[in-house]
Amino acid sequence: MHQEYTVIEGDFVNAGKASSSVKKTLKQLNVDPTIVKRVVVALYEAEVNAIAHAYGGKVLVDIESDKIKMVVADKGPGIPDIALAMQEGYSTARPEVRDMGFGAGMGLPNMQKNVDKLNVTSEVGVGTTVEMEVNF
Amino acid sequence: MTIREIVRLLNATVCIGENRLDEEVEHAFASDLMSDVLTLKDTPMLITGLCNVQTIRTCDMATLDIIVVVRNKKVTEDMLELAEDNDMVILSCAYSMFKVCGLLYQAGIKPLF
Repeated sequence: MHQEYTVIEGDFVNAGKASSSVKKTLKQLNVDPTIVKRVVVALYEAEVNAIAHAYGGKVLVDIESDKIKMVVADKGPGIPDIALAMQEGYSTARPEVRDMGFGAGMGLPNMQKNVDKLNVTSEVGVGTTVEMEVNF
Repeated sequence: MTIREIVRLLNATVCIGENRLDEEVEHAFASDLMSDVLTLKDTPMLITGLCNVQTIRTCDMATLDIIVVVRNKKVTEDMLELAEDNDMVILSCAYSMFKVCGLLYQAGIKPLF
């Protein structure tokens, strides 16, 4: 099953709509609630990042019989140092993002904790792609 | 203690979730930082001063469904709609987060860690 969502820059009101929709689908498919939580927390973190840091992007979700694959690809400034961005507490978030309860430098580390596979690729001035997989 | 007892203790208003007031609450977590809420493995009651649609969305993702909003922050219509879709309880009270935590702790509500 393939699903696609568009993420718009600065659109915090709709942040989490893709994750919410994926949550509903996985519940309908009777996926273990513990796994559903891991999936949607990771996807939500990635969605918020794309809205907070980039100029919008796409969320692509593929649900297979034994796993879910998620790609969040944004057009944005990119991440100059991915290893640094993966460190808990490191953040470049604007005050607006912090006002929404995010921007504490916990997003990428939390994604890593919740997924079975995480791959972050980024090109400065072009954008960032976060690929995640969770096994059922 | 039940949600109904919590409402009484905190002199709170039930914004949504009247049908769930007899449910028991054992644990609570207090934070304005949604990133912190997203790291929880358990599903405690959330005490927060952050009052916007992301509070509800975060709780939905983290499978938390009982929220106490402190300091009389205005719970908006879009928050209520999203909360209703997810069968959540939202209580609002005038007390500070510190006072809410103190009262609930004294009444036997446990921390997660």
